[in-house]
Amino acid sequence: MADISVVLPSILQPLAGGQSILTTPADGAVTVGILLDSLAGDYPVLARRLRDETGAIRRYVNIYVNGDEVRRLRGLETEVAAGQEVVIIQSVAGG
Amino acid sequence: MGCMATEESYVLAIGTKKGLWLATSQDRQTWSMSGPHFLMSEVPSIGIDTRNGRTRIMVGVRSEHWGPTVAHSDDLGATWTEPEQGAIKFPEGTDAAVERIWQIYPDADARPGVVWAGAEPISVWKSTDGGEHFELNRGLWDHPHRSEWGAGYGGAAAHSIVVNPSGNNVHVAMSTGGVYRSLDGGTSWEPRNKGISAYFMPDPNPEFGQCVHKIAADAAVEGRLYAQNHHGVYRTDDNGENWESIAEGLPADFGFVMLTHPRRPGTAWVVPLKADGERIPPDAKLAVHRTDDAGKTWKRLDSGLPQGEYNAVLRDAASVDTAEPAGVYFGTRGGSVYASPDEGEHFTEVASHLPDVLCVRGAVVSAALVPGAPVPA
Repeated sequence: MADISVVLPSILQPLAGGQSILTTPADGAVTVGILLDSLAGDYPVLARRLRDETGAIRRYVNIYVNGDEVRRLRGLETEVAAGQEVVIIQSVAGG
Repeated sequence: MGCMATEESYVLAIGTKKGLWLATSQDRQTWSMSGPHFLMSEVPSIGIDTRNGRTRIMVGVRSEHWGPTVAHSDDLGATWTEPEQGAIKFPEGTDAAVERIWQIYPDADARPGVVWAGAEPISVWKSTDGGEHFELNRGLWDHPHRSEWGAGYGGAAAHSIVVNPSGNNVHVAMSTGGVYRSLDGGTSWEPRNKGISAYFMPDPNPEFGQCVHKIAADAAVEGRLYAQNHHGVYRTDDNGENWESIAEGLPADFGFVMLTHPRRPGTAWVVPLKADGERIPPDAKLAVHRTDDAGKTWKRLDSGLPQGEYNAVLRDAASVDTAEPAGVYFGTRGGSVYASPDEGEHFTEVASHLPDVLCVRGAVVSAALVPGAPVPA
């Protein structure tokens, strides 16, 4: 069993008890959607920052799996293998 | 009045494009500021709820990145609480997500704990627990007109909610859609726009589709409301059945603001802008206009306001408090905020160079809440 790591931007870390990396044990691959669902159980406010109530990833939130942004993969169905890292970064937006 | 000054203080909440500022005062002329709270998030809606012996400030906060939420503070902004699961979210099956919370409206004293909200996409919400959790108003959400409501420049939202003293009559204004009225406390809704122009549509007098910018109820005359329209200022005396123009005497009939007095019948304030295509104060001279006779005549009020102002005042960037005389507050998209302790006769600048002011709310609070306020004997 290897952990999957979720790396948070500093601005969201207060919503995860100050942690910069959340780890979850994984027997095998899980989808990004399931990973975010499990995160919502422990950190519901953090989860609402990433996805709206329909479950869609917010427009200016980018989630990377193995260096690729999931919108260019299979979105929430993108699989994350045990031992891989998921990185959450806000896009450059606003004024 | 001298007695009141030692027992009461004033709080002015200023929501901007990049955060919230809170100002407090003992005399509504000199102000102490705190903030920014929620830096880099816009704050388009604020409700100050002074019922239940508590001062609760509720804010609709929206981050471009992280979305909208509602937070509240019971200690004038020292700490903020955000319900874990979110105060306002569309239920499953609606396939909708809240974009922005445009209005937070504490109901009457007789209904403590009831707070209404208006949001984008066009929707009305009601809380019975002091604004911590809201339920979607299904009557309006499921209205057969909904697919025909449009979006104004700022988005498609329910931005005005007015509830009569008994709680049976609820008026909502939306852009664009116009005024909708419920006679059963919000269960069912019908458009009530007769007399309000929609000059931008092929039929300028449709049943609905108007771009009503703001509505407010007369303090003491049941069934009388005022509306600032997208060109046009109106009054109804029959609970929205018919609207008639009260724009004569104003320098322009465009604008966003409509305020009414907390107690005195016939008194309302607007902040005219020149036109749809020229959204600046007429002649670039910033002024508030007040009527004391339900719109028959208007008085220009500009003492203390800058001449040479090219910024608009948005629909919720203005407020009255409940003091006697009532305080009047507003802010501009240029980040200036003004306060009047005497119903608009004289203004002083509270702040300048803030980000665009989106929402302003003034309230009378217990002096005990405000640091530095005189303690009553």
